[in-house]
Amino acid sequence: MNRYNRHIILSEIGLEGQYKLNNAKVLVIGAGGLGCPVLQYLAAAGIGTLGIIDFDIVSESNLQRQILFGFSSLGINKAIAAKKRLEDLNTSISIHAYPEKLNHKNSVSLFKEYDIIVDGTDNFKTRYLVSDACIITKKPLVYAGIYKFEGQVSVFNYKNGPSYRCLFPNPPKEEEIPNCSEIGVLGVLPGIIGSLQANEVIKIILNLGKILSGKVLYYNSLNHQSNLIKVSRSEKEIQKVIDLAGIFENLDEGIRCKVKNNNITLKEALTKKNIQWIDVRNDTDQIINYPEIIQIPFEYLEQNLHKIDKNKEQVVFCHAGIMSKKAVSILQKHQIEDSFSLKNGAFEVMDYFKNK
Amino acid sequence: MMITIRYFGLLTEVTGCTSEKINFSGTTIFDVKEVLFQKYKTLKNKDFQVAQNNELNTDKTKITSTEIALLPPFAGG
Repeated sequence: MNRYNRHIILSEIGLEGQYKLNNAKVLVIGAGGLGCPVLQYLAAAGIGTLGIIDFDIVSESNLQRQILFGFSSLGINKAIAAKKRLEDLNTSISIHAYPEKLNHKNSVSLFKEYDIIVDGTDNFKTRYLVSDACIITKKPLVYAGIYKFEGQVSVFNYKNGPSYRCLFPNPPKEEEIPNCSEIGVLGVLPGIIGSLQANEVIKIILNLGKILSGKVLYYNSLNHQSNLIKVSRSEKEIQKVIDLAGIFENLDEGIRCKVKNNNITLKEALTKKNIQWIDVRNDTDQIINYPEIIQIPFEYLEQNLHKIDKNKEQVVFCHAGIMSKKAVSILQKHQIEDSFSLKNGAFEVMDYFKNK
Repeated sequence: MMITIRYFGLLTEVTGCTSEKINFSGTTIFDVKEVLFQKYKTLKNKDFQVAQNNELNTDKTKITSTEIALLPPFAGG
């Protein structure tokens, strides 16, 4: 335990605290600009079990900020290269490398193995996936994001606190916000912000100080301005994710940020294979009774998402294509991406099935 | 009244500044956004939250402070 002497002599940590660190299990998503400093400090602090998931390989342009890697790591998977470096840093902890992409299928079972999840990803699609999987598995999420010279940090899902979706309910309309590889980033910035994340992880484990929950910190490295913005818990946003728990692992690989044209004609609909037709009309006197068609009146749509087969493309219709448009936006909000609204409504569908 | 608007992240690229003072005569966050959307046409396509007094607001929130912050999400890591 000599390696942890400077922790142990702190009265706030002591031997007892150090044991807590040694018994903790932390999963870091992404071993990039943020993940590297997080992992470095957590390994050095003696976090007993560290998980690292990253599908990417180390490239030369990473070395400006991804401090776990050197020339000898080029071309090697980041999770594996990070594990190798950290095993040299601390031989007494156990490190698991997952050289794969995080998705809806693997996230829930993986998160269950750990106490705390750290988001060091670099795109919104994965950030929302991480956040949603944390809500479903009830794991605290130590979040950070960076942009050029600025960073934002928060702890979500901590002791009934808010989640990422309480701050930003939906992914951006377009994937128009570039990441570091497209726009550049000051190399030190993820070092600063990632260190703040590592600090929050340690504070959570030790129950030390004030956790950055219910607040998001904005930090600007150029002018040292920092702002703590209060974030309230939105039960509505959290419940929407919890409602997906049963089907989460079957969801398509994440959330597409671009909204495509979902307003189609019958002719366009019929080019699709494997269609599930959804009749969202509220008045049901004209049921079109075919096994391919399910009836979910618009007002009950959100309660009946489980009836929708995610492996099929959804063609939604109503009387005139207005309510169905609204229904499609609801489905998409629930990550049912392959859903389309039929422009001309039920009469066309009726015609088609009669003459089929 | 004069209010100060502070911009974060990529919003500073839309506005070309990190903060500015604007002359404002409305009453809600919605009104502030309308003024800014008029001034910066592409701002409407950006995702951000609005805060005053270091607290997130909705469109309906009344303006009680002379400083408003526009906060976008950051994707990078």
